[in-house]
Amino acid sequence: MAIAPAASLGPATALTCRECGESYDLGPRYACEQCFGPLEISYDFAGITRADIEAGPNNIWRYKGLLPVPSNVESTPNTEPGWTRLVRADQLASALGIQRLWVKDDSGNPTHSFKDRVVAVALAAARELGFKVLAAPSTGNLANAVAAAAARAGIRSAVFVPSDLESQKIMATAVYGGTLVTVDGNYDDVNRLASEIAGEEEDWAFVNVNVRPYYAEGSKTLGYEIAEQLGWRLPDQIVVPVASGSQLTKIDKAFQEFIKLGLVEDKPYKVFGAQATGCSPVSAAFKAGHDVVRPVKPDTIAKSLAIGNPADGPYVLDAVRRTGGAVEDVTDAEVVAGIQLLAQTEGIFGETAGGVTVGVLRKLVESGQLDPAAETVIINSGDGLKTLDAVAAVARPSANIAASYDAFRKAGLA
Amino acid sequence: MSVSVRIPTILRTYTSGSSEVKAEGATLREVIASLESSYAGIAARILDESGKLRRFVNVYVGDEDVRFVEGLDTATAEGAQVSIIPAVAGG
Repeated sequence: MAIAPAASLGPATALTCRECGESYDLGPRYACEQCFGPLEISYDFAGITRADIEAGPNNIWRYKGLLPVPSNVESTPNTEPGWTRLVRADQLASALGIQRLWVKDDSGNPTHSFKDRVVAVALAAARELGFKVLAAPSTGNLANAVAAAAARAGIRSAVFVPSDLESQKIMATAVYGGTLVTVDGNYDDVNRLASEIAGEEEDWAFVNVNVRPYYAEGSKTLGYEIAEQLGWRLPDQIVVPVASGSQLTKIDKAFQEFIKLGLVEDKPYKVFGAQATGCSPVSAAFKAGHDVVRPVKPDTIAKSLAIGNPADGPYVLDAVRRTGGAVEDVTDAEVVAGIQLLAQTEGIFGETAGGVTVGVLRKLVESGQLDPAAETVIINSGDGLKTLDAVAAVARPSANIAASYDAFRKAGLA
Repeated sequence: MSVSVRIPTILRTYTSGSSEVKAEGATLREVIASLESSYAGIAARILDESGKLRRFVNVYVGDEDVRFVEGLDTATAEGAQVSIIPAVAGG
C-alpha cells in the first residue's frame, strides 16, 4: 500500500487499540496486531467553539475539526451528507405517553440513510491513504451510499450484498454503476468474504473493514447534530438501532466529546439500543448480564440490522450499562406496527430499522425502563421506500372505485 | 490431518508474508499448536492468556464459524480449509 507520506487527516494523530492500548501510525489498519482488537482514532483537538461550528456548511463538514479528514475536505467532490432534520414528534409522543420526543430523521441524506455520513468520512480518508477503489460488504443502505459517493468522486466502487436483499436496495445501488455483487449467503458470510478480499486487494478500501476506524467516526456527526439542534444541549435519553453497534457507540462518543470540549453542559443521559428479536444478540447479552455477545443466525425483516456477529456488540453493552440505559428487542410484527405508527403520527416513512426503534421505544415505556417525563430522541436511520415489502400487506388503498361521483358516494368515502 | 490455513494480513509477519500455510491436527486446537511450532509466537496472537480464542478473532473451519460448533475442539478433517479473520468488520 502506497501511503502518502504524513497523511494529513486533520485533528487525527494516531490509531489506538481499544482493547490493549497499543498505538499505531495513521494508515490502512483496522485490527490490532497484538490482540485483534479494534483500532480507534486518537485526536489532538484544537480549541473548537460553537461559533466555529455554526460558521460551517449545512452538512457534516461543519464538524470537520472533530473528524479524521483533511482540512480541505469539502473542496473535493462528495455527497455532502448530514444536517438532517430533528423533528419534534408531539403526536407520536402522545400516542406513547411520552412528554417530549424528537425524531432525528436521517432518511433525509443523499441516498436516504445515515450511511452517507460514514461513507463521506471513509472516502476522504481513503483518498488521503492512497486507495483506488471504494468497496463494502453491505445489507443495502451502505451499498447505496458507497456506489453514489464513488460515482460522485469519479472512482470505482465494488459492493457485496446478500442475494436475498430487498430489490429496492439492489436497484438503488446498481443505478450508480460500479461493481455490484450479490453473494449467496447472509450478511455475516458477505462480511467474511469482504475481510478476505481486503487482505489481498491492496488498493481496495472496504469502508467498514480496512478503513473502519475512519468510517465509523462519521456516525459521531449524528450525536453532534442532535446536541447542536437541541440548542447546544444533550437529551436525557436516546434510542438507537443496533446492527454492528457502531452507530450507538459513536453517538455516545460524540456526546462525551462535546462535554469535554465544553460545547455542552455536562449532564447524565441514558443510551438505549434497539434490535429485532430475529437478530438480537446484543439484547440477549444485555438481558443475560453478559459482557460478550454470542453470535446468532439472523431471521428478521429488519435486514439492515441483520448482523448476527456484531463487531461493536461488547462496546454497546459498555455504553448502555455505563449510562443506565438498556437494550431491548421487538418482533417483526411490532416492527411493522412501529413503521405504521411513525408514519401515521408524524408523516415520516422509516425503513424497518426505524420500525424497530419505534417498537422498542414503545416497549421501553411500557416496561418502565424509559422515563416518559424525560426528553427523548430516537433515530430514524433510513427511508421506508427501500423496504416496501415490509409494509406491502398493510399499506393498501382504502377502496377501488369507478371514475364517477356516484361510485365515490356508494363506497362511503366522504 | 493436513489442513490449509488462511492467514490474515496482521499475522503475516509470522509467516514471512504467506497468506496461506499448511498445518497438522485433528482439531482446531491441534492446528493452532501446529502453527505455533512452525511460526513461534503466532498462537499468542490468536489465543488469550487463558488459552481461549481472543474476543475479536473469528475462526472458520470450512464455512462454519467455530463459535457455532465446538470452538477450539472443532474437528478439522483432512484437507480442511481453516480461516483466521479479524472480527472487527462490518456494519
